Amino acid sequence: MSRNAIVAGLTVFVIVALFPFWFNIGRTNAAPEAELSAKAKAAKKCVLDKYDMRANHMSLLDEWRDTVVRDSKRVYKSANGKTFGMSLSTGEDSCMGCHVDKEKFCDKCHNYASVNPYCWECHTDPKEVANE
Amino acid sequence: MNQKYMLPLAGVFLLFLLAYAGVEGVGLQWLFGIVIPYLAVIAFIYGFVNRVMCWAGSAVPFRIPTTCGQQKSLPWIKQNRIDNPDTAIGVFIRMLFEIFLFRSLFRNTKAAFNRDENNKLTYSWEIFLWLGALAFHYGFLVVILRHLRFFLEPVPVCLTFLEYLDGIVQIGLPGIFLSGIVLLAAALFLLARRIFDAKVSYISLAADYFPLFLIIGIAATGIAMRYFTKVDIVGVKEFTMGLVTFHPVIPPGVGGLFYAHVLMVSVLFAYFPMSKLMHAGGIFLSPTRNMANNTRAKRHINPWNYAVDVHTYEQYEDHFREKMIEAGLPVDKEE
Repeated sequence: MSRNAIVAGLTVFVIVALFPFWFNIGRTNAAPEAELSAKAKAAKKCVLDKYDMRANHMSLLDEWRDTVVRDSKRVYKSANGKTFGMSLSTGEDSCMGCHVDKEKFCDKCHNYASVNPYCWECHTDPKEVANE
Repeated sequence: MNQKYMLPLAGVFLLFLLAYAGVEGVGLQWLFGIVIPYLAVIAFIYGFVNRVMCWAGSAVPFRIPTTCGQQKSLPWIKQNRIDNPDTAIGVFIRMLFEIFLFRSLFRNTKAAFNRDENNKLTYSWEIFLWLGALAFHYGFLVVILRHLRFFLEPVPVCLTFLEYLDGIVQIGLPGIFLSGIVLLAAALFLLARRIFDAKVSYISLAADYFPLFLIIGIAATGIAMRYFTKVDIVGVKEFTMGLVTFHPVIPPGVGGLFYAHVLMVSVLFAYFPMSKLMHAGGIFLSPTRNMANNTRAKRHINPWNYAVDVHTYEQYEDHFREKMIEAGLPVDKEE
């Protein structure tokens, strides 16, 4: 193979390998901060600790779904003593009863981390429906 | 037990423990999260370019394509244009098949003695290495592409689509990505082949096992973080975006497992240019694959050839003419 072809190939390799670096020139690494509603701020305590909640909420919701559907238990007693309704969007003590704004709370981080949860294939965001 | 795989296995465990203990015990997040990854990227790029340029400097004295089909011949004999190419386009197509489909591995055979009284040596087609290699490489490719979601903001639609396809079975929450499972399973298969197949085991060295263990470790820690122990993904993206925008940050609360994953990936990248993993670059420079078989149509001169003093017949006759005439031998020129 000719030297020129090899150098051209290597140049392409270096450009591709360093893609995340040059693509992000001039950008910042600011992560979005989920906005808490006034009600959530007042409540102070969620179902789990903050870090646990950030890392684990999807598993919790998965467990809740199975518990409600299979055992028809609808009340969750949290380790911090509070009780919650095991529902994403029904009732004042459900997830969205407190975190009322899907766009400012759920979507911000989901979009940032490119997570596309299938919650919303069945559940609706009451606000979005009202706006339509 | 065989030190050829026990040593690399111990090495990978040590790497894992080093990062895990370093972060959980001593709080060296900056070392395993910032310093080592940057060094690894530099070592990878520099080492890769250096290695390929070193190869580029070596002479290729002979045209040595290995061929698997009819060579270009008389017009009524059908040539196999891909397996025995005589043009640049043929070579290009052959290389495409080689790089994307591992075509020569597809022809892999195994030799074994028949287990009966004849005890005859037979060759049979052995497709599983090809299947395992294909699954492994494509699984790894999709995993790497998916990881770009941590390095790009906003995430491009093509990546979102790839994630959608990869997670199409929708098992569990967070949903299973098929590529991760395929990668781990294929790497374990390739490892099992080296350990349990006596003939392959005999020719396997520590340098063959180490990358396998490392990749298995990387896949296992990644899968553990996604499906089992869980990690704050927004914090992780903040960290990776910090690295690629040169404003590194250490996310709070992200534990040792994540840094173990990062250290193993860094070691894989840094180790890449000095290891057999360089077949990624080497496949492009394989003289048996990237040359056209046109030696009968075109003259190729060995670049090593030096000028040879040739003693032609005319010179020979000039030298011995008198003696030849004396002995009665025929000569071209009488005087």
